[in-house]
Amino acid sequence: MHLLSLLIWLPILGAIVVLAFGRNAATARWLTLGFTVATFLLSLPLWTGYDVTAANSMQFVESLPWIRMIQSNYALGADGISVALIVLTSFTTVLVIIGAWRPIEKRVSQYMAAMLALEGMLIGVFAATDALLFYVFFEAMLIPMFILIGVWGGPRRVYATLKFFIYTFLGSIFMLIGLIYLHLKTGEFSLAAFSQAQLGASEQTWLFFAFLAGFAIKVPMFPVHTWLPDAHVEAPTGGSVILAAIMLKVGGYGFIRFSLPITPDASQEFAWVVIAASLIAIIYIGYVALVQEDMKKLIAYSSVAHMGFVTLGIFIALALVRVNGNADAARLGIQGAMVQMISHGFVSGALFSCIGVMYDRLHTRLIRDYGGLAHVMPWFGTFMVLFAMANCGLPGTSGFVGEFMVIMASFQTSPEVALLAAFTLIISAAYTLWLVKRIVFGPVASEKVAKMQDLNMQEVIVLGAFAIAVLALGIYPKPLTDLMEPAVLQLVQQLGLAKV
Amino acid sequence: MINIAFNPNDLVTVLPELFLLGATCAILLIDLFLKQAQRNVTHVLSLLALAVTAWLVWSGAPVQATPAFNGMFVRDAVGTVLKLFILLTTALVYVYGRLYMRDRKLFVGELYLLLLFATLGMMLLVSAGSLVTVYLGLELLTLSSYALVALNRDSVMSSEAAIKYFVLGALASGLLLYGMSMLYGATGTLDLAKIHAAADFSANGAHRGLLAFGLVFLVVGIAFKLGAVPFHMWLPDVYQGAPTAITLFIGTASKLAAFGMAWRLLEVAMGGLHAQWTMMLAILAAVSLAVGNVVAIAQTNLKRMLAYSTISHVGFVLLGFVNATPAGYASAMFYMICYAIMTAVAFGVILLLARAGFEAEEIADFKGLNQRNPWYAGVMAIAMFSLAGVPPLFGFFAKLMVLKAVIDAGQMWLAIVAIVFAIVGLFYYLNVVKVMYFDEPAQKEAVALPADLGMRWALSLNGLALLALGIGWGPLLDWCNQALLASTQFAR
Repeated sequence: MHLLSLLIWLPILGAIVVLAFGRNAATARWLTLGFTVATFLLSLPLWTGYDVTAANSMQFVESLPWIRMIQSNYALGADGISVALIVLTSFTTVLVIIGAWRPIEKRVSQYMAAMLALEGMLIGVFAATDALLFYVFFEAMLIPMFILIGVWGGPRRVYATLKFFIYTFLGSIFMLIGLIYLHLKTGEFSLAAFSQAQLGASEQTWLFFAFLAGFAIKVPMFPVHTWLPDAHVEAPTGGSVILAAIMLKVGGYGFIRFSLPITPDASQEFAWVVIAASLIAIIYIGYVALVQEDMKKLIAYSSVAHMGFVTLGIFIALALVRVNGNADAARLGIQGAMVQMISHGFVSGALFSCIGVMYDRLHTRLIRDYGGLAHVMPWFGTFMVLFAMANCGLPGTSGFVGEFMVIMASFQTSPEVALLAAFTLIISAAYTLWLVKRIVFGPVASEKVAKMQDLNMQEVIVLGAFAIAVLALGIYPKPLTDLMEPAVLQLVQQLGLAKV
Repeated sequence: MINIAFNPNDLVTVLPELFLLGATCAILLIDLFLKQAQRNVTHVLSLLALAVTAWLVWSGAPVQATPAFNGMFVRDAVGTVLKLFILLTTALVYVYGRLYMRDRKLFVGELYLLLLFATLGMMLLVSAGSLVTVYLGLELLTLSSYALVALNRDSVMSSEAAIKYFVLGALASGLLLYGMSMLYGATGTLDLAKIHAAADFSANGAHRGLLAFGLVFLVVGIAFKLGAVPFHMWLPDVYQGAPTAITLFIGTASKLAAFGMAWRLLEVAMGGLHAQWTMMLAILAAVSLAVGNVVAIAQTNLKRMLAYSTISHVGFVLLGFVNATPAGYASAMFYMICYAIMTAVAFGVILLLARAGFEAEEIADFKGLNQRNPWYAGVMAIAMFSLAGVPPLFGFFAKLMVLKAVIDAGQMWLAIVAIVFAIVGLFYYLNVVKVMYFDEPAQKEAVALPADLGMRWALSLNGLALLALGIGWGPLLDWCNQALLASTQFAR
């Protein structure tokens, strides 16, 4: 079974089919839905078929020689971390397509094709075990996103999409230099060979910062997050959802796949840089979110703050293993970061969908234009409040689990870090609940708001699916943590071994 | 004492060139008797001549490099690869340019003959075994090119471009010739391989100064022909002023030939002095990357923008030379071939959209192309992303191999310079995509495309090749690599 290949190429094939036969908008929509649902269904066997007891955490392995001269292979494989992210991708894409059913009216086939191509490339990123293949998918996904924001985006879309493309390209091209260096060192491109390469301290430092440039911009970490609010504000709803729910995760995934195993010693040495940037993101960016007038910008900054937990969890694990020798707490930190990534995927995707629902009706994203939606759109209000609670990490929602695990892990090496990180519970509650208060509650703001229709069927499906995911992960996260346990365990063991 | 005995086997070695010469003369005569309405006969015959020549190059390719005429001419693997791509891109010039030239009343026999002679010159140039052959091939190429640029003699722009090209080109040829004379003086031979053996640059070498001067003049001549900064002044004007089909020719086929010349002169003849010329090329490359990419941003004319982009790509090609090993040259050759294929797409789309009385050469002319013709907008977007070096397109992998060669040579700073300016370059390529996809078109109706199905198919395939080669670039890389390994070995 070439399950991973199928998952990568089916959506890309779908993109070609939709472009070729999707002249009629309805045909394009149904074809795309068919391809995304098929991809989602095919991704489920990854989860059910993943053997957590097997000795090798990398499963569903495929390998074909690609470029013999530089020993690069078309090599795919998935461990629990990849499986979780692949399923998140295929799940979110289905909802994005349903969500775009009515709002996207211009050049429907191109929109749908771009989404499908993006899905295939994202799955490729999470499945590649060859560094060159990873890089190809990592960069290639910029092309459909560039088109998505630029064609279907808001008024300042050109500025936002160029900024997005050049900013992210800038970071990853430094990573490319690092990959070429590693290739010259090992003679291969496989990630396994890279992580076994013996590297000196200064080599590791350079490589660490090369990777940091690529992944920090993608996450995005403070202070290189400035492309994100622009891209989010101008992107169409579907673009924002994919961006927040999946694309940002590529950065966190990159840290786990590249930075930690390849440059463990430099990662430990410079962990304070990342941890400091994460704490600034959690606190300072939280305050920045508080003063936003544009809903999308607010959620974008909230994303930066929440992704701070991901980087914090990943890098606090190094201190836990190396300094405290506490492997259990380190596992907790990395698990927490992963759960936070998945949870943030659901929550931010849902919140951007909510904003999309409002924007489609009133064509404004300013908070002051809304008010009293609970009176005119009760169903919408219910969902919005639920996702807001998840965003501030209320126990019982998925937002709580990851943050709690990361704070727990941090506490065992540095109570100060844990204390600062825990501030998020107050700040995120402040900006999220204040947002909800101004939008959902209070008197009906205007005549236009009074005329707003409650959710239609597609919107109920989208928000309902996100709601189920948020609650399920919040109440019973064990299946997810079990799935990722072997991979996390292996990573933590690897972190314990110094290369220098 | 030079042995001038005639060996009949030499004629077999140069069979492709002989055939092309014969065919060109035949077409010259046939064309005299054709009326303007029958000019398509010349078109078909010229394509046929190129195809047969390509077949002869391919089928007769010797396993071992074969010298002919006492080493004046060498038929080796590097020559074979370059000749095939030169013939291919020249054929593309005919296919893409036919309707364009007809609309502009430039559909004349001279177009075909001059291009054929230029092709012959390029084939000689890339197979040259001695300084004389290099110069002979180069002059046949450039003299034909000057006339081609001036083909539209009623256009002030064309004439100006041609004169500029001629004056500066003649100067460059003079410098090159001067350098060659110094090498001859220092080594007493014109044969490239013998120059390599005789060039003694060690501390007690007798002609160190002469060699160094000769080398500098050679590098200047090569930089001139490639269009590297600071010898690039002719390039933007010629690109913009020449009829677009001729720009396509100068931007693709003749750049491949210039690569061949650079390799023959620098590696085959002056390989022993590589420590001296790599540093010169590194600086030329860095400056070309900087100037080409930065100045391209300010251009509003697409042909001129592509000219500056060419300068930056030349910088990348020179980076491959910095490694001074067969693998490094292979990456440079791979890059040049990739560049020629990408540029052919970009100019092909410009030619496709141009009509009688309308040149689609301003970037603004591409506004909203996606709404008027999504297919060719897509082809152009592929070309732009490929030129910018975004994976999974072919252009990225060419950059990857060159960067690998540079880092392998221990020149990390050059790799950093290259990527920094690649990011600067990203902006103007993305700008073209932005204009095609994000801007609203001036008029809504579909673009009236020329009725030439052959051209449309060729252009579409050419565009898709950038995607296909992005996935299957391994064989082409292997081919370049083996060619350079074998040819370098033979030259020693």
